[in-house]
Amino acid sequence: MSNQTKRIPTHHIIGFVLSILLTILAAWTTIGSDLSTNWIITIIMLLAVIQAGIQLIMFMHIVEPESKNGHVPWNMMFHGFVTASIVVAGSIFVMVYAF
Amino acid sequence: MSTNVNHAPLEYQTEHNQMSILGFWIFLAAEVVLFSTLFATYAVLFGRTADAPTPSELFELDIVLVMTFLLLTSSFTCGIAIHQMRHGSNKGLITWMIITLALGLGFLGFEVYEFIHYSHEGATLPSSAYWSSFYVLAGTHGLHVTLGIGWAILLLIQLFKKGITKVTSRKVFIISLYWHFLDVIWIFIFTSVYLIGMVV
Repeated sequence: MSNQTKRIPTHHIIGFVLSILLTILAAWTTIGSDLSTNWIITIIMLLAVIQAGIQLIMFMHIVEPESKNGHVPWNMMFHGFVTASIVVAGSIFVMVYAF
Repeated sequence: MSTNVNHAPLEYQTEHNQMSILGFWIFLAAEVVLFSTLFATYAVLFGRTADAPTPSELFELDIVLVMTFLLLTSSFTCGIAIHQMRHGSNKGLITWMIITLALGLGFLGFEVYEFIHYSHEGATLPSSAYWSSFYVLAGTHGLHVTLGIGWAILLLIQLFKKGITKVTSRKVFIISLYWHFLDVIWIFIFTSVYLIGMVV
């Protein structure tokens, strides 16, 4: 990847700055905004997913040519997160709303 | 297996190394599912605090933000360490790994302080279903960080002795994936445990 030839790790710096901004934005949404609780939860969970994606792409080199453009790692992480979402959402659905 | 083996970074240059890295991604996917069960338990038991204090009474944003930035910065410095490794600088790699470990230790210190503080306020592991699930979720993450620090120290010894080789570069690359992954999990703990615990 371009990281190999560049002296300055541009990807990492962009990822780091974006992560800090997203963290501050999530904290501000929680304590500083006048939104309803449901909106706050929706927004900060969305921000968390975006930040996790930034970590995977900018820091973890998931899409490098050396890892076959990351097809297999993407598959692994995608299925891991889908399974995780089903476990969490399913548990809340069954246990909290008592279906 | 790989078409451009000679141009690939050192850690990808043998098929064994490529398979090890791939295997570690499979492990990380399994870890995602492990943590999902803990998140599900936490979410289901949310609010079941019995007579113990509620999370909104105890959680403080400033200390959690400090922990978040410590771990986030350690993830960044770990990325810089890999960048140094790919430029063949063993000294740079070791320096940035040590910075990463120091930040990780700082994170752990704050987490221990936080747990002691909560337990003094009457929220301990057995005090309610909610706090059990909280300590197991945050504690499992903290245990992973602790293991990561021990693992990285062992690798640093190897780097001092052998320098950057095909074997050590693969090992360091894999622990960098592990370390970044811990930050990914922490993002979700920060958001769904601490931030949501403060508003609900």
